[in-house]
Amino acid sequence: MIAASRTSSWFHIPVVMLALVAMLQIPADAARNDALAIDLSEDLIGISTGFTGASVLLFGATEGEGGVIVLVRSPNSRVVVRRKSRVAGIWVNSDELTFDDAPGFYHAAASAPLEELLPEDLRRTNQIGVDHIGFKPHAFLSADEEKAFRAALVRNKQRSGLYSTQNGRVTFQGSRLFRTRLELPANVPTGKYAVEVFLVNNGQIVDRSTRELSVRKVGLEAKVTEFAFEQAPLYGIIAVLIALIAGWFAGFVFRKV
Amino acid sequence: MSIYLPIAEMSVDVFLILLMGGGVGFLSGLFGVGGGFLMTPLLIFIGISPAVAVATEANQIVAASVSGVLAHTRRRNVDFKMGIVLTIGGFAGSSVGVVIFTFLREIGQVDLLVRLCYVVFLGIVGSLMLFESGRAILRRQTGTATRGKLHQHTWFHGLPFKVRFRRSRLYISALLPLGIGFFVGILAAIMGVGGGFLMVPAMIYLLGMPTSVVVGTSLFQIIFVTANVTFLQAVNNQTVDVVLALLLLTGAVIGAQIGTKASGKLRGEELRGLLALMVLGVCAKIGIELVAKPDDLYSINEIEGFGL
Repeated sequence: MIAASRTSSWFHIPVVMLALVAMLQIPADAARNDALAIDLSEDLIGISTGFTGASVLLFGATEGEGGVIVLVRSPNSRVVVRRKSRVAGIWVNSDELTFDDAPGFYHAAASAPLEELLPEDLRRTNQIGVDHIGFKPHAFLSADEEKAFRAALVRNKQRSGLYSTQNGRVTFQGSRLFRTRLELPANVPTGKYAVEVFLVNNGQIVDRSTRELSVRKVGLEAKVTEFAFEQAPLYGIIAVLIALIAGWFAGFVFRKV
Repeated sequence: MSIYLPIAEMSVDVFLILLMGGGVGFLSGLFGVGGGFLMTPLLIFIGISPAVAVATEANQIVAASVSGVLAHTRRRNVDFKMGIVLTIGGFAGSSVGVVIFTFLREIGQVDLLVRLCYVVFLGIVGSLMLFESGRAILRRQTGTATRGKLHQHTWFHGLPFKVRFRRSRLYISALLPLGIGFFVGILAAIMGVGGGFLMVPAMIYLLGMPTSVVVGTSLFQIIFVTANVTFLQAVNNQTVDVVLALLLLTGAVIGAQIGTKASGKLRGEELRGLLALMVLGVCAKIGIELVAKPDDLYSINEIEGFGL
């Protein structure tokens, strides 16, 4: 595996390149499955006051022929999908289906169209592409109904920018080195993300490698959230006090005018 | 310049929020309403979840009302005794309201209820006010004013626990303001409003209070009711975003002061007429959204995985 230390910024690429060159000289027979080496420009995304999204560079090297697929997933959560229907002239939530194992964020990137790289069944078992995310429904509905709710979940997530609408591009520099940019929007969920990279060749997965990407609130944002959830009553009292003081202060200031 | 809101979990433009706060604060000072019925839909419109919008708006109204009450107190336009009775009812009502809100949030109908409340109550109040103020303006212009009785006597003047409210020049049962406070409190919690747009007409038409003390007294009780809602939402739902509230109230307290000064320049019935038009406008917009076919019939709601 790659020897490069955790790099905090992708300006350190030359260092990584050296390490990659070193790795590529390992004899092929030693590569039990070491045909793929990857790393991220950052492994922690801190959400602070000025956060408007982040961009992370994923880069790596392959040994041997093939294409590359990159998946980024945030931790799974439970999502209720509701469908409106018209009741007495107004639109009301009437049917619903709850899914488990829905990642809060999902992004796929590849060096070629996914259907050219892997056959359907392999994409399905490895949850490659938004159509193959392994949501688990809580109730049994007809196949058509379930499909409609699944599609709605993906569509809504795409609308808020949390699931990719178009697969990102993995670009090769030469035949061995590849890179892709992972864009995280401002509304990304927090948690430990899994960045999974597949090396594929002739419709088969040759190798895979995973990195963890941590997204968490830092500084003031972290403190406020922690406070709100862990000391809710005190937080509520302080919120009220701030408002009282601000209102009084404004009244006081304007009295002088 | 954008800022990341920790509880709403999204990035917003600071100046947009300040401007919204200032604009709504101005109207709240002008009409003596908290402005929540404008601000909460606006917050939802810019992408903040209804749960966070309702809770945070309650927090912001606390500040706007304090600032407004100070201005009205200086002009001796607050009936504190009446305000306290309304507040007692409002406390109980808003506590019940937050419980209802939490329950509806769980079964996924909170959106519908909030919208229906908006349409029904804004519609009723707006139409009544428009009708009444229009008549008052016409009567003044045609000069055929016939002075009626000071107020009409109805069944509720026979209720027990009569109390004298000196500043309002009323001698009525305390049960009446208690009941009004309770009912408005429930709606305040559910709709993310102070309830001024309901309280002000209720005070004028049901209690028969003189218009001069209505606005200040309404703001006075709104402080306590929205403080209670803020606290309960923070405890039950963790949906109060202090950063957002601070931004909104910075704009709102300034706007409210300017609005209060401007309100002296307009006649009572003109103020009520303008407020009525605004109330009906918001009502119509939300009503259309309920009836028009949504772009996507499906919506999603995350149950777990938010927070730290």
